[in-house]
Amino acid sequence: MTRPGARATQPGARATQPGARATRPAGLATRHGSRSRIRPAGALQAAAFVAVLAVLPLILGQHWQVNLLVFTVMYAGLASAWNLLGGYAGYPALGHAAFFGIGAYAMAIGTTHLGVGGGYRPFVLIVPIAVGTAVAVLPLARLLLRTRAAAFAVLTITVLFMVQTLAYNIRGLTGGSSGLLVPIAPFPAATFERPFYYAMAVLLALTLAVCWVVRTSKLGLALNAVRDDEDRARGLGVQTELVKLVAFAVSAGLTAAFGAVWAYYLTFLYPGFAIDPLLALGAILMAFLGGRRTLWGPVVGAALIGPAQQYFAYRFGASHLYLIAYAVLFLLVIYLLPEGIVPSLGRRLGRLRPAAPASGTHDQVATDSLFSAGDLG
Amino acid sequence: MSPLLAAEGLTKSFGGIRALDACSFEIAEGSVSALIGPNGSGKTTAFNVITGYQPADAGRLTFRDRAVRRPDPCRLQRLGLARTFQQARVFPGLSVLENVVLGRNQPWHALLRGRVPGTDRRRAEDLLDEFGLAAHAGVPAGRLSYGQRKLLEFASVLMAEPVLVLLDEPTAGINPIMVKTMEDHIRQRHALGITFLIVEHEMKFVMRLCDPVIVLDRGRPIACAAPEEVQNDPRVLDAYLGD
Repeated sequence: MTRPGARATQPGARATQPGARATRPAGLATRHGSRSRIRPAGALQAAAFVAVLAVLPLILGQHWQVNLLVFTVMYAGLASAWNLLGGYAGYPALGHAAFFGIGAYAMAIGTTHLGVGGGYRPFVLIVPIAVGTAVAVLPLARLLLRTRAAAFAVLTITVLFMVQTLAYNIRGLTGGSSGLLVPIAPFPAATFERPFYYAMAVLLALTLAVCWVVRTSKLGLALNAVRDDEDRARGLGVQTELVKLVAFAVSAGLTAAFGAVWAYYLTFLYPGFAIDPLLALGAILMAFLGGRRTLWGPVVGAALIGPAQQYFAYRFGASHLYLIAYAVLFLLVIYLLPEGIVPSLGRRLGRLRPAAPASGTHDQVATDSLFSAGDLG
Repeated sequence: MSPLLAAEGLTKSFGGIRALDACSFEIAEGSVSALIGPNGSGKTTAFNVITGYQPADAGRLTFRDRAVRRPDPCRLQRLGLARTFQQARVFPGLSVLENVVLGRNQPWHALLRGRVPGTDRRRAEDLLDEFGLAAHAGVPAGRLSYGQRKLLEFASVLMAEPVLVLLDEPTAGINPIMVKTMEDHIRQRHALGITFLIVEHEMKFVMRLCDPVIVLDRGRPIACAAPEEVQNDPRVLDAYLGD
């Protein structure tokens, strides 16, 4: 018998050394050469966005306008936080309203029962609430993440209703169906909404920063691999379990932070509103419309749908007919823009000017998609 | 010398069907072994059980002199056992380069480092050069042809410098020129010290490349010998042509 393996080294094996660089086409080196995580265009984009966030309530100063801004920014943040798990990792989480509600009740309980005090002090509570929620959901996340796709979606909805039922029934803490009052903040009436707006804006900026770090890191690459083919990723040595848990926990923690600010702003909590399936679905719709898997997609989606939603609710609110408008919009998005606005726009612009260097917002959208080919889907 | 991989009495049933029936074989270090057999003889199940994608009902697995109690794809890959799939599996939404970079094992604390850091990029680019995919580095892998995906899957598996590579039908569904390319790549990597276990239906390919050849029939090895011997083994002919 021949020695095992003797055949494989027969003549016929090509002489080229593995790794010979001779065949690399020119130009590739520049395209794939060492590249810093921070692109100048991206930094500019971020600075412009922060500036816009900062001055918006000064320009649109009417009470109803700032109120609208508070909710729009909140939705942009919720959609971005959801995107970490639902977009980058492709896990269809439908129960994020549960974490929002947990954050909201934690804020209410913190201010009423724990005696944190009024004024700006409750805002400090946001940090422990976010971190606490992120840590507390880990065992639950571990359980839920053993399922995928439809099963995962159904289980997360179940969690939502479980938390809602708990909120109705643990009367000692939540007041049950009679609701829970949060002390009204003693801010001057003329600019009452501003502190809440800025709290939401800071959280949104933080959420986007987290999303950016994830997208440009190994973690993002691993999450994208989980989205595309989780089993193969496992076989390639990707710690799928770990990265999914991180995405879930961070996503839930950020969602809870927005819930906390919301509770202090609204000052009245009722289980059906604090843990509202429509809130989670609204955020997801925004991520879909703008482009899940992209950084700016959820923000674009929220900027469009947030005000529209308020308008619908105002026009058809009493009859809940606005929900039908919602459903129609969702169907149209899935049908016409399955990838969302940002990737579609980016592709179109990329086709028009394939070699144009990045400058200006629209080009950045295009390069943002290029940055991770995952966006091109 | 003890074998690199030893399977002892692997058994796996699906309902009433015994896909693997007390299946035992050994893979010698430095070999290019083939696993052949008629359709449904348990080749892919053997792969799935060895790599931890399906739990075995019974049996023992030893890899690099270590008993693998509960095989897990991620852990085994980090021990140096990598595999490809029958239907080429790539990450369609990731770029070709990212597909390869992903194969690099990362400790958990490196997760926040850059998505494609310079060292990984250079190694991945070398691999892409070797596999003739460098021109497609920035393209989403979903846009590659089927044959190119097979090559990409192979390349990404090599990124972690595995000791043993399991290839599930590397030539299935690709054109004859690509088959030759695939063969060359396997030879090159073998020359660099990687051990292969290959499931394959293309017999000419197996006869050219592999030694020994393990023949499975109804979940059990019926022969393990050099290709010439296997070709003339009456039991093997019976398994393929018999009732």
